[in-house]
Amino acid sequence: MTEKGKTQMTIKVLGPGCMNCKTLERRTREAVEQLSLDAIIQKVEDYQGMSLYGIMSTPGHVIDGKVVSQGRVPTVETIKELIQQSRQ
Amino acid sequence: MNTRAWSFAPVSEKRTYALPLLLLPVWVVIYVFLQPAVDAVVHSLPGMMPGSMLTEAVRFFLYEVPKVLLLLTLIVFLVGIVRSYFSPERTRRILGKRSTFTGNILASLLGVVTPFCSCSAVPLFIGFVEAGVPLGVTFSFLIAAPMINEIALVLLFGLFGWKTALLYAGTGLLIAITAGYVIGRLKVERFVEDWVYAIRPGSGMVPDEAMPFAQRIEHGFESVRDIVGKVWLYVVVGIAVGAGIHGFVPENFMASIMGKSAWWSVPISVLIGVPLYSNAAGIIPIVQALLEKGASLGTVLAFMMSVIGLSFPETIILKKVLKLPLIFIFVGVVATGILIVGYVFNFIY
Repeated sequence: MTEKGKTQMTIKVLGPGCMNCKTLERRTREAVEQLSLDAIIQKVEDYQGMSLYGIMSTPGHVIDGKVVSQGRVPTVETIKELIQQSRQ
Repeated sequence: MNTRAWSFAPVSEKRTYALPLLLLPVWVVIYVFLQPAVDAVVHSLPGMMPGSMLTEAVRFFLYEVPKVLLLLTLIVFLVGIVRSYFSPERTRRILGKRSTFTGNILASLLGVVTPFCSCSAVPLFIGFVEAGVPLGVTFSFLIAAPMINEIALVLLFGLFGWKTALLYAGTGLLIAITAGYVIGRLKVERFVEDWVYAIRPGSGMVPDEAMPFAQRIEHGFESVRDIVGKVWLYVVVGIAVGAGIHGFVPENFMASIMGKSAWWSVPISVLIGVPLYSNAAGIIPIVQALLEKGASLGTVLAFMMSVIGLSFPETIILKKVLKLPLIFIFVGVVATGILIVGYVFNFIY
């Protein structure tokens, strides 16, 4: 399931640093760890960088360049699902 | 369909429907029996003399905290479901075609129901500008969204009654509509940071608006966890302070300071209220107690609106996309609206 060894995944958390953004970052790290994935997790805190993804509410969640959720903090389980979906 | 950000196993779907149906009667029973239960508890406590200041303060606290939290949970749950129909993207689509005035009215109304948090103010602003939503219409949204929220309305309803809650919502909408309209007429486009216009944003995520109802219920639970989990402490502290004032501050104590005869009380309330940053849940119980001690309604309304609707942190956030003159215009126009509301209500009541 973990599909190790494929191209490295990049997950971005878009948010100016409010509480929700920090929670999302923490949960993303947990999810990645639980799936024992080799992924780069980046935090995008500047608004110009964020607006390139066209999100209108924070936190934004981007997996391999694609926005998968915004304006909500998915649970660790959901993040794992999202990661697996985008791996398919 | 396979791009949906939220997916549920079919097994949980039944549970999603069953849970609210099971919880609702429990909610009703607790709500109905709360008053007698609290009375019984307070009477059984040692040293609680009926009618003493301490007894009244304790009774007030023990009754209002669970009552407000119950109301908050139910309303936040329902609002969570309603909000699942209004994504910021959809709101932007609706507002993009509107002219001013109709646009201002619509934006203010949508500001109430669209999911919004002040940390999203900037991406939302950019998104609106990109879609060609007029600046004044965007401001109507940005004024209404934080000012008229479910937390404020629940607390107003729970502690003041539905009349004050409606009054607050109505005047708040009026301020959002007119302030947005005025800002639109002032031609302030040049005071928006230049990089905002230069952005060519990506497509973002097209939200799945046709989600099954079970998912909307899940949305409701999610907002309860998120919002009630965040504000319950404000409610407890706010009501504790309110209970203290309620029990120990003498009647008419506030009349000379925040009463209607003191003409300067409205501007002073706004001046204090704007930089003061608090959640509606923390400020409303305190304000309710002040009203009881002789503060006048207009002054209290103006104070609440400036604390909840105009916050210093949010203005700092907006500074990222707005040049300083526009920040001052924004705060100035909204504060003027709040002042007028304060004076009008002091005059009427």
